[in-house]
Amino acid sequence: MKFTGTDTYVTTDDLNMAVNAAMTLERPLLIKGEPGTGKTLLAIEVAQSLGMPLFEWHIKSTTKARHGLYEYDAVSRLRDSQLGVEGVAEIRNYIDKGPLWHAFDSDQQSVVLIDEIDKADIEFPNDLLQELDRMEFSVYETQETIQAKHRPLMIITSNNEKELPDAFLRRCFFHYIQFPDNETMEKIIHVHFPEIKQELLKEALDVFYSLRDVNGIKKKPSTSELLDWIKLLLVEDIDADAIKSDSSKAIPQLYGALLKNEQDVHMFERLAFLSRHQG
Amino acid sequence: MFVEFFYELRNMKVPVTIREYLMLLEAMEKGVCEAKVDDFYYLARSALVKDERNFDRFDQAFGSYFRGLERKSAEFFDDAIPDSWMRALTQRVFSEEELEKLEKLDFDELMEELQKRLEEQDKPHSGGNKWIGTGGTSPFGHSGMNPAGVRIGGEGGGGSATKVWKKREFRNLTGEVEIGTRNIKVALRRLRKFAREGAEDEFDLDETISSTARNAGLLDVKMRPERRNRVKVLMFIDVGGTMDLHVKVSEELFSASKSEFKHLEYFYFHNFLYERVWRDNRRGRSEFVPTWEVLNTYSSDYKVIFVGDATMSPYEVTEVGGSVEHWNEEAGAVWFQRLMEQFPDLVWLNPEAPERWPQTMSTQLIYKLLGGRMFPMTLNGLDRAMDTLRKRNASAQNSIRPH
Repeated sequence: MKFTGTDTYVTTDDLNMAVNAAMTLERPLLIKGEPGTGKTLLAIEVAQSLGMPLFEWHIKSTTKARHGLYEYDAVSRLRDSQLGVEGVAEIRNYIDKGPLWHAFDSDQQSVVLIDEIDKADIEFPNDLLQELDRMEFSVYETQETIQAKHRPLMIITSNNEKELPDAFLRRCFFHYIQFPDNETMEKIIHVHFPEIKQELLKEALDVFYSLRDVNGIKKKPSTSELLDWIKLLLVEDIDADAIKSDSSKAIPQLYGALLKNEQDVHMFERLAFLSRHQG
Repeated sequence: MFVEFFYELRNMKVPVTIREYLMLLEAMEKGVCEAKVDDFYYLARSALVKDERNFDRFDQAFGSYFRGLERKSAEFFDDAIPDSWMRALTQRVFSEEELEKLEKLDFDELMEELQKRLEEQDKPHSGGNKWIGTGGTSPFGHSGMNPAGVRIGGEGGGGSATKVWKKREFRNLTGEVEIGTRNIKVALRRLRKFAREGAEDEFDLDETISSTARNAGLLDVKMRPERRNRVKVLMFIDVGGTMDLHVKVSEELFSASKSEFKHLEYFYFHNFLYERVWRDNRRGRSEFVPTWEVLNTYSSDYKVIFVGDATMSPYEVTEVGGSVEHWNEEAGAVWFQRLMEQFPDLVWLNPEAPERWPQTMSTQLIYKLLGGRMFPMTLNGLDRAMDTLRKRNASAQNSIRPH
């Protein structure tokens, strides 16, 4: 079983290699890259194309490592004991399984997505070392050890907000998704908008890459923003000439989809003003 | 297998460990990659390198091991030549005659010459025909036109290399500011002080049990706020002048503190503390905050961290009118004393090496003012500084002061 990209997700050779290596060796795969390069999507696509169940765990700043394993709902148990609900003596009824437990329980190999691990506390990855290594953990309340039936493929994404500890990194395969070049980007757009006209595509890409090249721009537009923009262009039925003539004024049409920062928009307006006066 | 390659990587300062090396061998054994060098490259990179900033060095090591490429020493090229020199600020357009004048040197001569000039040169430089810099006719640097030139940094034109590692596409990911902030953050964690405050969103088991018992067994759920880091920090950062040498380490410290402390206020000053500080360094020091305002706004449980090299004329500390920038009505030492009285938990982090402290009179003066609470800006120094901030706090709470 090998991953080679899907109809809706364009991959590069090095990404395929990283996914397959992580799958064969049953080690976690750490994915980094600019926002909007499809890090989260990767796990979904891998699961789908290989027919494996997917368990998603989205990390927030307050997430603790144990939330991924299980949570013991003491409040409902107390409440039920007041009301004399059946089964209250069984502590298992009040343990909510987390995504990792579900994945360990799964009867076939599954994919676990740990999304944006860098959002959590700086020690969070260290708290997961044991679970990632041995793929087992113990439940304090019931004194049992949960062991993975099949070691799941862990895909972990990070936005580089915090550095991850070395001990954690040593256990992972690593892949950095580079920003797609013109050629790959064309493929990606064709996957999403198969009927787009070649001319419009070329102009849109030109505008997009020149926007990204401008120095000092605060928030560079990413792939997902480009796709939104092209969708808008298609919906509004704007043709290639319109973008072309606009690009001489430096502000592309419907720029709201590409530029998300007030200062960036101001800067482009100033640039446009300058280029009109020079030209 | 590939042991040499492993050591080559370590030579290039790529932090690989045996564990990762074994992981690579295991992957090879299981047949993850076929006998293609491209596949092996991808696999090795994924298994051995965990940070995109090291991709460039990995590419170089890979190239030199598998193709016998000329290896360029990591230190020589990445550290010895500051990046700012290399930034393509100007592009000189050469005339025909100038092109002819460019002499051809062989590689070893170039290297020797380069080192010589490194020793002579002490400023970024663009154009010209002797110094290292950008856009010049010197054989060193980049974007230049010397046919035998050594390319250092910058964009290379017309590269026809076919292999991925030769392209070295990750070169501009190396050497970002963030490197090393994790260590700093871990050191800063020592200052955490947990307290329960804010919305009650955590179940309090003990309190619920005892409350339920008191309630004759009727369930009475108690909640409590989560523990949060409540430490409050004021940071004063010296900018400009001699501090320019320490910009990088100060930036690292600053970016680490910003994410570590929720309650962080920071101010900038130049050389020493007087009656005013400023908040936004970019605004050209036009918007001042009076130091009195700082003293009156923040309660004394704030912990204060000064960052500065304490290198200045002694008059700037002790005298009225001693400041280099303006006429100060009161001596800096007076202001500093006021601040120390308001904030008992105060340390000074000094990016200068401690060996130099005794040689600088102003450093000695400030060191005495601080009662020795000046620490070097190393991880060890940072640890000690954080300990001092924490312990003073503890001792102040436990003991009753005599007066």
